[in-house]
Parts: sequence; structure tokens; C-alpha cells
Amino acid sequence: MNYFLTDDQKMIKDLAAQIAREKIAPIAAELDESGEFPWDVVKTLAQSDLFRVFVPSEYGGLGGGMFEMCLVVEELSRACSGIALAYAASGLGTIPIILFGNEEQKKKYLPRLAAGEILAAFGLTESGAGSDAAAIKTTAKPDGDSYVINGTKQWITNGGEASIYTVVALTDPVRGVRGSSTILVDKDHPGFTFGKKENKMGIRASATRELVFQDCRVPKTNLLAKEGMGFLVAMKTLDQSRPGVASQALGIAQGALDQAIRYSRERHQFGKPISAFQGIQFMLADMATQVEAARALTYAAARSIDAGEKDVSRLSAMAKVFASDTAMRVTTDAVQVLGGYGYMKEYPVEKMMRDAKITQIYEGTNQIQREVIALGLIKESVRNQK
Amino acid sequence: MKIFVCIKQVPDTTNVRINPETNTLVREGVQSIINPFDVYAIEEGVRLKEKHGGTVTVITMGPPQAAEALREAIGLGADNAYLVSDRAFAGADTLATAFALACAIRHLGGADIILMGRQAIDGDTGQVGPGVAENLDISHVTDIRKIEEIVDGRIVVERLLEEGYARIAARLPVVLTVVKEINTPRMPSLKGKLAAKKAEIPVLKASDIGADVERLGLNGSPTQVMKIFTPPKPGGGRKFTGEPADTVSALLSELTAAGITIKGAH
Repeated sequence: MNYFLTDDQKMIKDLAAQIAREKIAPIAAELDESGEFPWDVVKTLAQSDLFRVFVPSEYGGLGGGMFEMCLVVEELSRACSGIALAYAASGLGTIPIILFGNEEQKKKYLPRLAAGEILAAFGLTESGAGSDAAAIKTTAKPDGDSYVINGTKQWITNGGEASIYTVVALTDPVRGVRGSSTILVDKDHPGFTFGKKENKMGIRASATRELVFQDCRVPKTNLLAKEGMGFLVAMKTLDQSRPGVASQALGIAQGALDQAIRYSRERHQFGKPISAFQGIQFMLADMATQVEAARALTYAAARSIDAGEKDVSRLSAMAKVFASDTAMRVTTDAVQVLGGYGYMKEYPVEKMMRDAKITQIYEGTNQIQREVIALGLIKESVRNQK
Repeated sequence: MKIFVCIKQVPDTTNVRINPETNTLVREGVQSIINPFDVYAIEEGVRLKEKHGGTVTVITMGPPQAAEALREAIGLGADNAYLVSDRAFAGADTLATAFALACAIRHLGGADIILMGRQAIDGDTGQVGPGVAENLDISHVTDIRKIEEIVDGRIVVERLLEEGYARIAARLPVVLTVVKEINTPRMPSLKGKLAAKKAEIPVLKASDIGADVERLGLNGSPTQVMKIFTPPKPGGGRKFTGEPADTVSALLSELTAAGITIKGAH
């Protein structure tokens, strides 16, 4: 299928694919087992300039957008979505700075993020605020020239590994979500520590930790946008980043499909390769069709964002829902095609099936995404009636 | 520091075939790559530059399409590249190739260090490195696995031997041919690839580098390739299949029958 990539986009995709093949695939199973953070791969991605692709050129980037980021995430995820997440989550942490940072903040952080010298992370979720993100309890009390942050963020990807965190906290708790703000917190700010690394079902090479703030004093110059805009910053960021999760899911699905096709040609039963049986052929055909549809929707969402379309929430949510549901189905079917071998750790598809699950859950569960889509539809209908 | 890297564009021999009728390599449909050993030489050149400063210039002698290999080298971190290309160079053996490369390097102002892979995977001779050094009348060390230091115009390297290594000091300028153990080449970078896309690759002709035409191409090549062929596969092997106890005793009795005894077997 022709997705009309430019020469530069092809170059980005090819380079990411080469790194996935040569540097990620060989260590994916080992890091899945050990849970070790993939710093070597991060260094390779940095040296190859892949962290630059979605950063504006005035800050050391190559001036691309979400689509370029998605191409990278997809290719890396074909080999290991856990390792790819170090990259994608840093992207998620970088987006609010690109969208809402002032000149000084951009100059301070973006060149180093673009160079891959440091990683970023995004801290919104708390134990009592998942789908109901507005229920956050972490506070950032204004005090002179500083904010004093108290509270705990949960399940933060790149937690403990990233150097810069975009944290959503209440600067005016009385006003609830309208009193929330996004604040940039450096890893070494006194009062900022990390909880234990979570032991996860999948994406095990990624680091997930609690962010613990105890009287953590951060200068007011670290405020992103304005006080009270925290929730808006978070939602706009997630609108942009969801195609990133979609492309992670897409990469997992494509990787599993690749494995299933190859295996079906090698595995012989009843005297022929199992790819000769219609039962397998129909499965492969359905898997491939779903993957291609997910790709078309994901690319369309990413490109709409880059084209500056105003209301991308719905499309972005659709891409995330469809690609992640596809990843879950396709990986489950890939395990089925590989049969008993698929269930064993010697083959990569059981890992892909475990990895796929999270894409239906994080950065907004698929149920929340469907709510976003439906609300968008209804609002639009009301608007059109007026 | 002026660093030169001489590279060769070769067919990707993992899928190369020989035409049995003409005894030549079938090049159609075979991808061309930078000779794998030369990739280590490029990487080492870039590392030397990063450590000591200077420029990395890549050159190759070859047909116009070899410019692609040079572009790739720029993507891997080289600063500039020259294609030494002329009909007069056609049919060159290692002697004529070394002469042409030496003339080109001299024409470009000479080098402090000239790096190459230990050999090309198509010709497998390993002669061009020493040949360039002789033509430039400078020293050379082959099969380098490590550059230890460069201080005051003196370089100390480790030369890989069958068992162990030799530590060798040489005066600059020097030609070094490298083995795979020397480094792990980095992945290409997007900035490098973008630079490679835009890079101007000047072509140097025989007249540009002031080379004596009699010493170039077929004229300057005492070596003539008579025939290229795939050596016949050693035949006559036998595979014993079945339970290990049975196959081992079958093998042993076969060997005994052939008059071969194995110590400790009974």
C-alpha cells in the first residue's frame, strides 16, 4: 500500500527498521525477562537522530511532527514495544513542552531532548485518578517564587530514568480541575523521589514507577502555560500522543503478523506447510486486513494533527482504539497460528500478546476513548442542528 | 589530522552467483554494499576525528554508481568524499588500483592516516593497503585491531595475529588496514543521511590526479583473471541417522573398515 511518504520519511522509517532489526530484536527476549532499561538502545536512537524527528528545527530537531514520531514508534515496536516505549514515552513528555513551553523553557529542554541526551516523562495518573483524570490529589502550593509539590503519581513510564517530568498538580485545590497546572520538574529537585519499579505483565523493558513528591520546591518559572490550564495541557497533549500509542500497537500487530506468516510456511503438518490450509490462510488474511486498516487510520490521525486540524480528539481516539484492539486480536491469533510453540517463550509471539494488552489500557482506556469519540459525535450533531 | 579512508563498493556476496558460461559474477539484481571491512575503517576514522579533530575524507575508485557507497560513507560520519573514476582505470588489478588511489591521495594534499578494511570481500587479496603505502613511500601496518595512541606524529597500534597480537609503533603518515575487532560501527544518523543526500561528490579523472596512464587500468595490471569458478563441493559424505548408540557403532565399524582407528574407542 502506498502511504505517500516523502523521501525523508522513508529514510526515517528505514533507519528505525534497521535499528529494530539489528539492535532491538536480538535483545528483546532478554530484556523482557530481566526488565532492564534499554539504555544502549536509547543511545543508539540518540546517535541516529531519531529523537530529533518530531522536534522543531529551531530547537535542534528535524522539524517533523507526530507522523514522523509514529513511523519510528511503529518500526521499533515491531521488534519490541517495551523498548520502543522508552522512546515513545519521552515523546509524550516532550509534547507539552513543544505545545505550551515558553521560549526559555523550550531553549532549556528541547535541544537536549532532541539530541536524546535526556529522556522526558509525563505524570498525570494517580492511584485514585485513572480514567477519571480530573480526580488528581497532588498539590503544587504557590509559595513566593516557587511551587511546593506534594503527592504521588502512579505508573509513570520512564519514571526514574527520565530527567524531566511534566507533572499535573493542583495549584488551587478549591477550584478542582480548573485549579490544576502543569509543572516541569527536574529529576534532581530535592523532595522528588521514585517508588519501586513495577513488575508488569508486558512491556517489561520499560520502566514504570511512582513519582513521589514531598515538599518538592520548584521555581515558578517551571510552570507550563498558565495556572489553571493543567487539565487542558494534559488533554491537548494526549490528543497529540494517542497516534503514538496507536503506532506502538500497530508495530506489535505487524510484528506478530510477520511471525505468523513466516511460521506458517515453515511448519509442516499432514505433509504440507500449514500455510496451505484454508483455516490458517483465512486467519492470516483477516489479521493482515486489520493491520492495514489500523495503519491507514493511525497515519490519517497523525497527519491530521501535523496539518494543524483543530479538533483531533475524536480521530486520535479512534486510531488508538482501533489499533490497540487490532493488536490484541492479531497477537492472540498469531499465538494460535503458532500453536503450542506460540505459547512458549522460545518464540516471540507470546510476548507480543502480553505487550499488546497495555495498549488497550494506557493513555486512556479504550472505554474512555469510545466516550471521547461518542461525545465528539454528539457535540457535532448538536452544533450542526443550530 | 587529515584522515583518509579508502573504500570499495562490492556486491553483497551473501547472495552472489557465478555465471557458469562466462565465469563472471552475476551482478544483475545483486545489491551493492560498502565492503564490510571498510565500514570498520570509516568508523575508526570518524572516531579518530572525534578524538583528535581534523577531517575524514573517503575515496573509492570505481564506476559512477560507486558514488552511492561514498554517500553512504558520508551518512556514517565522513566529511567529504571523492570518486576516482575514469575509463582509464577499468580492469585495474591491485597494483594499478593502489597506484591510482595513491595518486588521488597525493593530489588531494596527502594524509596523516589512511585507513582501509583488511581486504575486500569480493577480491579477498588484502594488497591494496600495502600497495598504497609503497606508492606514497610511507609505512603501513595491516590487520589492526586497536589504535592505542597517537602522540607527536607517532602512532601505536595492535596488530592481530593468529594467536595474540603485536604492538607496533609507526611514524605518521601511515596506512592502516583494520579488522572487525577494532570497533562496533555506529548506526547511520538522519543528519548524516541528509548531508549525504545533499553532498557533492567530485569525480577525479586520470588527468586530474596526474597519473601515468601506462600504470593504470588494464595497462598497469600484470594480473590477469583467467577464470572465476565455484569450487566443487566436497562430495562423498555420509550421514548416519537413528539412535545415537546405533549410529556411533555404525560409524566406528565403518572407520575401522577404512583402516582408521580412534584412540579410546572400543
